Amino acid sequence: MANDKSVAVLGVGMHPWGKWGKNFVEYGVAAARIALDDAGVEWKDIQYVAGADTIRNGYPGFIAGATFAQALGWTGAQVSSSYAACASGAAALANARAQILAGLVDVALVVGADTTPKGFFAPVGGDRKDDPDWLRFHLLGATNPTYFALYARRRMALYGATDEDFAQVKVKNALHGLNNPNARYRKEVTIDEVLASPMVADPLRLLEICATSDGGAAMVVCSMDYAKAHGYDKVVTVDAVTTVTPTFPNTVIEMPNFSTDSSKTVAQAGPTFRASIAHATYEQAGIGPEDVSLAEVYDLSSALELDWYEDIGLCGEGEAENLLRSGATTLGGRVPVNPSGGLACFGEAIPAQAIAQCCEVTWQLRGQATGRQVEGAKVGVTANQGLFGHGSSVLLSR
Amino acid sequence: MATKTQAAVDGFFDPAIPALLGTKCTQCATVFFPAEETSCRNPYCTATTFDHITLSTTGTIWSYTDAQYQPPPPFVPADPHVPFAIAAVELAEEGIVVLGQVAAGFGVADLAVGMQAELVAETLYSDDDTDYLVWKWRPVKEPANG
Repeated sequence: MANDKSVAVLGVGMHPWGKWGKNFVEYGVAAARIALDDAGVEWKDIQYVAGADTIRNGYPGFIAGATFAQALGWTGAQVSSSYAACASGAAALANARAQILAGLVDVALVVGADTTPKGFFAPVGGDRKDDPDWLRFHLLGATNPTYFALYARRRMALYGATDEDFAQVKVKNALHGLNNPNARYRKEVTIDEVLASPMVADPLRLLEICATSDGGAAMVVCSMDYAKAHGYDKVVTVDAVTTVTPTFPNTVIEMPNFSTDSSKTVAQAGPTFRASIAHATYEQAGIGPEDVSLAEVYDLSSALELDWYEDIGLCGEGEAENLLRSGATTLGGRVPVNPSGGLACFGEAIPAQAIAQCCEVTWQLRGQATGRQVEGAKVGVTANQGLFGHGSSVLLSR
Repeated sequence: MATKTQAAVDGFFDPAIPALLGTKCTQCATVFFPAEETSCRNPYCTATTFDHITLSTTGTIWSYTDAQYQPPPPFVPADPHVPFAIAAVELAEEGIVVLGQVAAGFGVADLAVGMQAELVAETLYSDDDTDYLVWKWRPVKEPANG
């Protein structure tokens, strides 16, 4: 499915997710070394380093591209550092791809890594009454799970989703990630165990909300000409990367906002923001959701995975529960979703996560996803969304 | 005992009415909450002037949840934490969904998507001499026009 906007994925690598308590740079460097080895490319030959930033690790995190480049040893490579919340990894990949497609560089390294605190994500410190992210905690006590739970409750009211449906997503993803060496949680759970876990934000329970994790992920990408000239055969390609913003009026309440846009003066036309993310990717790649063999989506909560089924076009609105119940999204089904185990098994290492999605799809397309392989996988799509309106979706094929 | 009351943040709501404070673009009439006063966010409009308005004080519950665990700072918690509900309420006239805590004494069992809710002012937290107020949504069990 490669097209004239494709770049080749020569190598991918991850540092396992967990709560390791080390400096994030160590995870990024480990992931980069694995990706370089996997690619058979030496660090000194990388022409462009695209770092995905972390905002919870001080200044080195804000300029992650340079931080990783220094840790690997200065080579004079071109560098960029991107922050786009959960979409940071896709933003970094988009930078690298654009540089390659513009012919400015041939081969690039994309890296993201994070070290995370325990518990709820809190806003950046200080007394900042002009920052919606600070104010939503101060005035409302609205945490990230608050927003996930609003979507979950609405699915129940509109489409008849049940507590058991949400729990089943967790059960499925736990099963998928059981043998994934990079996953943090590798333990089967039952629906009863999920439903018995403490309620956090009704109707979502502790086992249905993704944890925060340490981890690192990296990719080596290059031009199709570079791949050919260096003898790479049947490479995985990145065929589309989109980083779209919402379209006014954004009528679905989004983290960290207090309100939606008003829908009174400009009519909402076209898909919602979340749906527009994958739509843009399919359009760019020139294929549709019916061509997809597997998907990695951002299951910040078990219920949110169901929203993504509809948003990435695997089924129509209100049909996600039936798609789940049919087994279609379980390994062995028509279009497995989160074969890696998803955030349910990884927890969220923000700047690494969108890259990790691409690592998993690459392994799947190469047939290297031992213990969780989607048979005959040809095309994989990723989707995720960053705070304040950063879309993130990547389409890969082989 | 606190002797004074004031809004927990300036410019978001007037506890005396009580009502949310927003703005309306003088050119395209788009309504904004929280108030937009610099540059219209309708991409087809370039206006930079706004009228100050109060928003509708009743709406329809779009969705709801609660906070069973204590949120991190800058939330000022009760000691011990008392779980509270949060609702997203759709204001028909403005075409806006607005988040708010649900009034004290009401939990998720008292709420439903599609139910009517009305705006009230309640204490968010207090210090020695002041109660800091915030807007909250109170469910209305009977139809408002019934």
